[in-house]
Order: sequence, then C-alpha cells, then structure tokens
Amino acid sequence: MDNREAHVADSQAETLRAATVSYAVRLGDDALVLGHRLSEWCSRGPFLEEDLALQNVALDYLGRARMYYSYAAELEGQGRTEDDFAYRRDARQFSNLLIHELPRGDFAFTMVRQLLVDVFNTLWLEQMQRSADQTLAGVAAKGIKETRYHLRRSHEWALRLGDGTPESQQRMQQAVADLWGYTHEMFEMDTLEQSLVAAGIAVDPRPLRAPWLQQVTSILTQATLSVPQDGWAVRGGRSGYHTENLGHLLMELQSVHRAYPGVSW
Amino acid sequence: MSQQTLDLYEVFIRARRGLDHKHVGSLHAEDPEQALEYARDVYTRRSEGVSIWVVRSAAISASQEDDSASFFDPSDDKPYRHATYYKLPQAVDSM
Repeated sequence: MDNREAHVADSQAETLRAATVSYAVRLGDDALVLGHRLSEWCSRGPFLEEDLALQNVALDYLGRARMYYSYAAELEGQGRTEDDFAYRRDARQFSNLLIHELPRGDFAFTMVRQLLVDVFNTLWLEQMQRSADQTLAGVAAKGIKETRYHLRRSHEWALRLGDGTPESQQRMQQAVADLWGYTHEMFEMDTLEQSLVAAGIAVDPRPLRAPWLQQVTSILTQATLSVPQDGWAVRGGRSGYHTENLGHLLMELQSVHRAYPGVSW
Repeated sequence: MSQQTLDLYEVFIRARRGLDHKHVGSLHAEDPEQALEYARDVYTRRSEGVSIWVVRSAAISASQEDDSASFFDPSDDKPYRHATYYKLPQAVDSM
C-alpha cells in the first residue's frame, strides 16, 4: 500500500469512527429519553407492584443509555463523559426517535408505546448482536434479555387492558391511534446509518417493518384492538427536529446539572 | 385498577440451586402469571434468586393462634421425641 492509499484508508476509518460515535449517541438518546418518560411514573403507578416493575424497565433503559454514551465518549476521545451527553446538550442536539419523547400520557398510552417499541427492539437487538462493532454487539446481547421481559409485560398489559373494560379498551385504542404515526420513523434510515449498515456495524431497520407489523397486528387483534391505517407519519428526531415535549423533558432532566454544574455525590 | 380487586399472593424464592424455597413476602396481582412477574420485579432485583414460587394467600390453610395450646403444648413434655434424649452406648462414641 503506498502512502496515498494508506491515507485514504485512514480517512475512511476516521469517517466510520465518527459515524459510529453519532450512532451510539442516537441509541443513547433513545434509551435516555424513553427511560426518563418511564421514570415519571415513579410513585404514580396504578399500584405498588406495577410501580416497581415499571421502574425496573426505566432503569434498564437508563443503564443502556449509560453504556451507549460511555462508548460514544470513549470512541470520540475528546475527553467528554456520559454526563456531557446526557446533561449538556439541548433538544436540537438530541437525536432520539420522536416516539420516545411523547409525554407519558395515561397508563394505556405508556403500555401501548412500550408494546410498539418492545416488539421493534426485540427484532432490532436480535440482529444488533451480530454487529461488527464488538461493544455495540455486547450492549445488544445484554439488552435483548431485558427487552424480551419488557415485551412479555407490555404484551400481557395489552391483552388485559385491550380485552378489559369498555373504558380500558377505548383508552388502548386511542393510544394506538395516537402513536401509530410515530412508528414509521423506527424503520427509516439516513445516509449516516447507511454507511454503518454497509460496514456491518448498524442494522438496516427497513426489513424489520414486515415482521414488526405482523407481530403487532397479532397482539392487537388478540387484545380486540384494531390496527390503524397508515395515514400519517411524523419524523425528524434523528436530525434533531423534535416535538415541543423534548424541551420540557430535558428542562427537568437537566435541571440539577444546570443549577449545580458538575455536581456529584 | 384498584388494589382491592387484586388477589394477594405469597412469594417463595430459592436463593441458589440446592437450597429450599423460602418465604420472602407477599404481593398483589391479578393472576398467577402476573404475580410471578411482580415477584421477579419486587423480590429479585438484586439477584436474590434462581427460582420463584407464588401461591394465592387464600390457598394456604394456616394454624390459628387460638389453637396453639392444643396444637403445640402437648409436645413440650415429650422429650423422648428428640434424639438427644437418648444416651448413646459407649461403643457408638459419636454419631
């Protein structure tokens, strides 16, 4: 290899590394934001046992966010830490999917969102375990076990509430309708992810839509809920265009750090 | 959903293979399946167990405090039911 070729190879590796940093931050944002939404149920759960169970799920997501951010920080090599990613960026710099930032709503909304996300995550993490990036593959291998349990819960709640009382059925159906347009973004891919898919690092989410729809349809049908038409779609999270809700969420999540920068205990 | 409509379950956890299941507490749930999951979420958060049993509290028949005189007192004066009551012959030495 002459110098020129070596230089090209170096810059390709550099591009790939930078893309992996961004990808890890995206995944960290997804986990942090959804985990925070779940944590908002703390002490407000329908009863004690469910309150604890929901917080276990929230903590699983928080743990995942930490792993992704730490890896991004390490790979970036600029001296940033996981806290810099969580506490020192504004909404415009967050790249989570919009479905994760929507307010927690009622319990039906929270559980339908979990169901839609859990089915996606089981499919996505299964493939992610085979990522060419050893760290991301490792996080996925840990995450898939958690997510299978999350799905078991959201699946059962869907049946319980969908096929429950007229009110619970109506609330579940409303939640499905309100969330459906936000599910499409999960299956989209931009050029950054395209380059990582080509390198075997990221998972192409597009082929996951068919098995996802099949599983979700089967669960919703079992829960006597109907599957909405694909009428509308909202997107923008990956490029930093968020709903107004993320700003409010970050205001709370980052408030302690803003009041006492660098505080620790 | 109010807690009044939920059944009470007793939770038993086996800490390690080879040990017995031990009663660790109780919780509310709608059915055994949910009780098992809540037992996992409430009682095994710090890796306390490798196996969980749940049983509806109502399914347990328990002795009553009022009965304790007739249930337990009669065995107080029957020390010969303990192995330690018997003197071992010299030849046995230790058992």
